Amino acid sequence: MESIAKIIGQRVAFGALTLWIVSLIIFAGVQLLPGDIATELLGQSATPETVAALRKSLGLDIPAYLRYFDWLRSILQGNFGTALANGRDIAELIEPRLFNTLLLAASAAVISVPLALIGGIVSALYRNTFIDRAINVVTLASISFPEFFVAYILILFLAVNAGILPSLSDVDQSTSALGRLTAMALPALTLAVVVLAHMLRMTRTSIVNLLGNQYIETARLKGLPEWRVLVRHALPNALGPIATVIVLNLAYLITGVVVVEVVFVYPGLGQLIVDSVQKRDIPVVQACSLIFAATYVLLNLTADVLSIVMNPRLMRPK
Amino acid sequence: MTFLHSPRVIRTGVSKFKSAPLSAKFGISIIILYMLTALFAPHLAPYGEAEIVATPFEPWSAQFWLGTDNLGRDMFTRLVFGARNTLGIALVTTVLAFSLGCSAGLAAATFGGWTDQLLSRLVDVLMSIPQLIFALLLLSIFGTSIPTLIVVIAVLDSTRVFRLTRAVAINVAVLDYVEAARLRGEGPIWIMTREILPNIAPTLIAEFGLRFCFVFLLISGLSFLGLGIQPPTADWGSMVRDSATLITYGDVTPLLPAGAIALLAVAINLVVDWFLHWASGLKED
Amino acid sequence: MFSINRGDVDYEDLQLLKKLVHMNGDALVSVTGAKDSWPENRDTLLNIRNLRIEATVYPPGESPKSVILVDDVSLTLKRGRVLGLIGESGAGKSTIGLASMGYGRGGVKITGGEVILNDRDILKIGASGMRKLRGREVCYVAQSAAAAFNPAHRLMEQVVEAALLHGMATRAEAEKRAVALFKKLGLPDSETIGRRFPHQVSGGQLQRVMTAMALCSEPDLIVFDEPTTALDVTTQIEVLAAIRDAIRDTGVAAIYITHDLAVVAQVADEILVLRHGKLVERGMTQQIINHPHEQYTRALVSVHHIDHKQNDGGNAPVLSAKGLTAGYGDGAIKVLRDVSLDLHTGQTLAVVGESGSGKSTLARVITGLLPPLAGSIQFDGRQLPPLLGDRSKEDLRQLQMIYQMADVAMNPRQTVATIIGRPLEFYFEIRGAERDRRVAELLDKIEMGKDLANRYPAELSGGQKQRVCIARALAAKPNLIICDEVTSALDPLVANGILKLLLQLQRDEGVAYLFITHDLATVRSIADSISVMYRGQVVRYGPKGQVLSPPFDPYTELLLSSVPEMEIGWLDRAITSRRMESAGN
Repeated sequence: MESIAKIIGQRVAFGALTLWIVSLIIFAGVQLLPGDIATELLGQSATPETVAALRKSLGLDIPAYLRYFDWLRSILQGNFGTALANGRDIAELIEPRLFNTLLLAASAAVISVPLALIGGIVSALYRNTFIDRAINVVTLASISFPEFFVAYILILFLAVNAGILPSLSDVDQSTSALGRLTAMALPALTLAVVVLAHMLRMTRTSIVNLLGNQYIETARLKGLPEWRVLVRHALPNALGPIATVIVLNLAYLITGVVVVEVVFVYPGLGQLIVDSVQKRDIPVVQACSLIFAATYVLLNLTADVLSIVMNPRLMRPK
Repeated sequence: MTFLHSPRVIRTGVSKFKSAPLSAKFGISIIILYMLTALFAPHLAPYGEAEIVATPFEPWSAQFWLGTDNLGRDMFTRLVFGARNTLGIALVTTVLAFSLGCSAGLAAATFGGWTDQLLSRLVDVLMSIPQLIFALLLLSIFGTSIPTLIVVIAVLDSTRVFRLTRAVAINVAVLDYVEAARLRGEGPIWIMTREILPNIAPTLIAEFGLRFCFVFLLISGLSFLGLGIQPPTADWGSMVRDSATLITYGDVTPLLPAGAIALLAVAINLVVDWFLHWASGLKED
Repeated sequence: MFSINRGDVDYEDLQLLKKLVHMNGDALVSVTGAKDSWPENRDTLLNIRNLRIEATVYPPGESPKSVILVDDVSLTLKRGRVLGLIGESGAGKSTIGLASMGYGRGGVKITGGEVILNDRDILKIGASGMRKLRGREVCYVAQSAAAAFNPAHRLMEQVVEAALLHGMATRAEAEKRAVALFKKLGLPDSETIGRRFPHQVSGGQLQRVMTAMALCSEPDLIVFDEPTTALDVTTQIEVLAAIRDAIRDTGVAAIYITHDLAVVAQVADEILVLRHGKLVERGMTQQIINHPHEQYTRALVSVHHIDHKQNDGGNAPVLSAKGLTAGYGDGAIKVLRDVSLDLHTGQTLAVVGESGSGKSTLARVITGLLPPLAGSIQFDGRQLPPLLGDRSKEDLRQLQMIYQMADVAMNPRQTVATIIGRPLEFYFEIRGAERDRRVAELLDKIEMGKDLANRYPAELSGGQKQRVCIARALAAKPNLIICDEVTSALDPLVANGILKLLLQLQRDEGVAYLFITHDLATVRSIADSISVMYRGQVVRYGPKGQVLSPPFDPYTELLLSSVPEMEIGWLDRAITSRRMESAGN
């Protein structure tokens, strides 16, 4: 058990180190801006006075490493600074949007994870049959579709033609729970379709890979029926890989969420980052990137730890 | 020598094509169709790439086959030029990503030790930021010109190429024939290019298809967000964005460029799927 | 002259008897009784008739095709008897063994014949009938128990699974039986070992647990598929004895599959010799070992008889290692401790030991892949730099290496000509037509045709591949070749050919061999001097005659007494003397 704790400790430490380096990259990136950042940001409207004022507000008059530690300290205290575009507090700007984004991703996960597991197991159980081939073609197509293609097809059929669901998802604090649910239905469905295919294929692969093992043959030669071979002998060993697959796909959702939010005008973090990139509102972009990266690192770390915890060889040393 | 061999290569190519399953034939045909469109775009398109030929959002007609876009440019013309721009940029990016990723991956596998450690940890960190977010961050810093786009995405994508190349190359690098070459006194260039590379080529070719697909989807996604290929250059992602409002009136025009992207991605995936199956010589069970 | 009633014997025995009697000359056998009173003798358990098995193969880059694995093989097995299936790789022995359970691996299909087990053709009972039979009437013991146990479940769970599945015992009964079997098979902690996970138990013990697993559901037949092949020779003898005693005591019938005639001679009542999926010869063990009829069987029996006179060269050593100590992880784990040895020009030094003895590490140290922590290597009278990167091209040329797995020792994307020609180019700058001529010369030396020059390794047989590797080493005109288990992966007859070739080349070229192996029979065949290694140290070293004659140190004695001999009753004698010795100590 000691070695397990050590391995997990190493992973967590590496995750923390990664996050720190990410913060460095995000901070340093801005320093790489060609020319003077203040002039660059203000563009043609720059006058010496406005440039000087901006430099001061960005703290450009003190050395870079000091600025970095200041920045890092205030972020750890939950203070992300103010947006360039409208001077609003970034933390306040982000908070409701982060909630919206997490809610969207969670709903997509709730739809897709059970379907992917069932589909993956069915596909593995009936491998090389018609069912498996059909699933293969459908999922192969759906991983090839860009998110916005799936989104517009769903809009065309479910919103425009059938008129069941709204094609825009602009919710705010005043929206009722039911209203939120209907508004979120299409984006959640789009995301679910996109990650479902990935997850299903990877689940199938991790099970089928295991079926080549010799202990599966041993189980068959004991006279076990195929479903029991799968459930009792393949699945316990596949849990680790499958858990990893699920968590990695949740991490993938983080990326997918950006495009989907823009299509449906859903007020989440993704839309905020895209708007801010267009306006080159760098403090907001920095803050959003950091949050996205942190979530991503955390999910990857979870996947790592899960795969360690679910490995019987590591859990029960000699 | 090469020209003597080429008829044979074409002949084996044709016979392989004949023996391929229907899905792969479909994929290959689509890819060839796209390539021809990209090559002969100026000859196929009835109007100029950025030429404003009518009022915005004209419906489909004999004159404007697929109508016009939000500025009154011919939709069909832009679709054809889009093949050239979108595919061309994605191809350049993928080639760049591969040159970077492959050479670093091969070096890491061949030298091992601290070279491997350094490169691998660097890639670990780069990969721990989601690619789209990283791209957004970098584009907000460096601006959204096409060369910036290509370099940023190529660098980010090369991390994936590196991981794969290193993983498959390490499997080969530990084999006895590579050790035999080391014991013979061969230099690292010989070991990388003569001993390892030929044996991982099939995997890399398949990966090239998948990476191209991914890059192409990423660029389209960025363009759709308005952060990729900038107007007036015709591009499928931004075409979807520009005509998106039509969908709420039940007009399928925005689905055309989106569908063009999806169709190519499906075609590539089908071909790669078949290629992997064929090259490994393994049945799935 | 005597007569036999057909009702009294079964068909195969009758044929055998006729043969034996005929051999002795004068006597004649007359057979009486109705023809239909046999062959279904009541005590026949398994009767395979005209079995034909095919497989679909998927060569890379080609369309799938069908190959015949087993062609027209028939056999019978009576209750409580042990039948040995013997043959080289590709003989179809495992395929036949699994066919007795109605099972085919991957794309393998039984396409003809009958498999009659307990008086019914199991090929006709359907999938569910087959499931009822597997694990109840027939059980299987695999070559690698480590891979055959599920890492996610405790051993006991897996041992009793079949008995519970087929409703043959309650859990308590089955577990009690399992513990008794663990004890019978000589497993330590028989009460508690079932609670462990597979990776917590050693390979030799796992193989015994697997045998217990097969015996637990009290089947009529157990198929043993090379159960001791993956084990070290000193472990093999114990496991072999345990399996043999368990078979005897429980009265179960067995099919024992192996490539080692000496092993099968210890356990089988009858032996079936197979080659390329066809039956070569069948007979009682005694007859096959002592009076083989077929030429192929005779070759198998006499495989290790190579005449090599010990060569006592008094000349200067080509390789001289002094006090070599090496390890991994900054010396935290030492796998080689203070090893010294000398190898003289044109001689063979055999380094023999079991897995973990450090013999392969020794090769890595000498080739410069693993610099030693202490000690030095003199090569051809000069000090050899410890690191590969610091050695001169001349040093590298004079020290060549041949590997165990010829498959992975050659780049699959290079032709034979490129593989053999590269050292010529690299060391001697020989190119073009001259290179081709030299390649042809080398191919001739290894007794292969010139036309093979343009082939790829995948198009060669196992023995041909190893010959090409030898030619590649020779091309550099070395003083010393390190041979790392070069015959271990080959079938005995092919291995024999390789050893003869190596000896011939040594006489012609005067090259010295450092011959690393775990196989004492090989050592006897080719060594001039021997170094016995155990746990990283040399425990015995000297000329062959001296090392292989008493008085022995305990380890060498154990090692020598563990090598199976082609002699019925060897196992009993070896085990008895070992038990007496450990009682005496």
